[in-house]
Amino acid sequence: MKKYIDQGKKDTRSGYGAGMTELGRSNPKVVALCADLVGSLKIEQFIEENPERFFQVGIAEANMMGIAAGLTVGGYIPFTGTFANFSTGRVYDQIRQSIAYSGKNVKICASHAGLTLGEDGATHQILEDIGMMKMLPGMTVINTCDFNQTKAATLAIAEHKGPVYLRFGRPKVPNFTAPDQDFEIGKAVILSEGTDVTIAATGHLVWEALVAAEALETRGISAEVINIHTIKPLDEKTLLDSIRKTGCVVTAEEHNFLGGLGESVARTLTQHYPAPQEFVATRDTFGESGTADQLMKKYGLDNKAIEKAVSQVLERKK
Amino acid sequence: MPTLQELEEIVVQVRRDIVRMVHKVNSGHPGGSLGCTEFFVALYYEVMEQKRTFSMDGIGEDIFFLSNGHISPVYYSVLARKGYFPIEELNTFRLLDSRLQGHPTTHEGLPGVRISSGSLGQGMSVAIGAALAKKLNADDHLIYSLHGDGELQEGQNWEAIMYAGSKKVDNLIATIDRNGQQIDGATEDVMSLGDLGAKFKVFGWDVIELKEGNNVDAIIKTMKEAKSRTGKGKPVCIIMHTVMGHGVDFMMHTHAWHGKAPNDEQLATALAQNTETLGDY
Repeated sequence: MKKYIDQGKKDTRSGYGAGMTELGRSNPKVVALCADLVGSLKIEQFIEENPERFFQVGIAEANMMGIAAGLTVGGYIPFTGTFANFSTGRVYDQIRQSIAYSGKNVKICASHAGLTLGEDGATHQILEDIGMMKMLPGMTVINTCDFNQTKAATLAIAEHKGPVYLRFGRPKVPNFTAPDQDFEIGKAVILSEGTDVTIAATGHLVWEALVAAEALETRGISAEVINIHTIKPLDEKTLLDSIRKTGCVVTAEEHNFLGGLGESVARTLTQHYPAPQEFVATRDTFGESGTADQLMKKYGLDNKAIEKAVSQVLERKK
Repeated sequence: MPTLQELEEIVVQVRRDIVRMVHKVNSGHPGGSLGCTEFFVALYYEVMEQKRTFSMDGIGEDIFFLSNGHISPVYYSVLARKGYFPIEELNTFRLLDSRLQGHPTTHEGLPGVRISSGSLGQGMSVAIGAALAKKLNADDHLIYSLHGDGELQEGQNWEAIMYAGSKKVDNLIATIDRNGQQIDGATEDVMSLGDLGAKFKVFGWDVIELKEGNNVDAIIKTMKEAKSRTGKGKPVCIIMHTVMGHGVDFMMHTHAWHGKAPNDEQLATALAQNTETLGDY
């Protein structure tokens, strides 16, 4: 299988910050808003270089979403920044009415998504955000896997007209995709070709899928690893082409198995090509305090869990 | 510029539009609409600078946001009468495939509307965002907004009010429809807003009380006063005292007509009290 090299661990949120710095220099219509989490979102450089295009709204996320909607009236492209929980669940109706239903060109950028937020615990670890956001008509939903891809996605969504939910995380994780890559919204990336099983992963689980695929290779199992960075619109063609070849799929995400990537894939299969699927995802549960690694292990979201799910799905394929 | 008498004739016609629209589909919100008719007519015919063709960005013109979207009948009537879309389209209010949805929306592309509203408490934030965009664009036109008084029970308003005061959003004139009524009864009884003017003041706003919120002349004078106070480091709030249902006697001074349509007989009474001026749609 194709090998990927970790260019050095980095956090995806720093990819967002780097993307914002570049947008600050290249696109005068981009404005940033933040609800008292500038350091966490890594947008200090953008603010330093473009103080007039930054709006500190304080701990008032509902107001932030409304202000962002209003800023589009006048031609601006607002990027809101706070933790994923406060970017979605806390402000769902504001996003629904003032942004999605109103068709406003707002980019909702959410860090600290999922369990890997770590020690702060379940109050902050949202595992339902992909589901909430993908259900909103017209909303694009993106969950990036590493620093380079998060930076590329940040640049790409500025060019896309319409509301976007961009989800990324807190911890430093392997940075393995190409620097200065093109990011095509809605186009899945086949990272490694294989014939026995498709592993469709998103976000932090993409690297884990690659690690699992390597281990599977030593056991004589050929896994095709697909990076689903865009959950909506879902690249059904790439998925179906792969699953028609392999005959089964494991989906992997740092999210509840209700409402996440897995369910989107399951719907696609049910409609077009019913095939066995296993879900690497949390099982309708809240998280808890712990280190990111401990939590991913305990809740079954690491490469070992993916390997196990592959064994299960291969059994069902027989 | 229309004369005061002409404006008052428009008010009467808009009242007819409101009760006829709501009667036809046996749904909608006549009470708050009637209470704000004079405000809308003054705003759109006298106060705001508007361009002839509608553009979402509204650059180089004043912009209005309606936060209490349920009073869509008055909004639609005035937009239509002002030429944003054909007056006959008022016939489609709340019907299937209409651009005139129960609550205003940009979704169907109705000219004149720049945000969806209906779920309460969101319009102040949107108005602030648009005001910030005006500043970034070095556009010295103003943002106007309207909010129900009961609507101020929604917490997002107070995030927005705090922001606008703290960040000196001084190109915004937010008007509160202080009719003292909401669905479950008098605002005073449901959850008192207390001294509303004092609340805005301590949040850093310049506050003007408008006692005669159903008097076109008084509204225009107050709006002009408010305009003169913009650009001075404070957002401006007008607390506009109105009578819900104004102009239709049996709908006045009660919350009963918040979201209820008149029957045939009641419609006839309402129309008799407001004889046709510009011509019915």
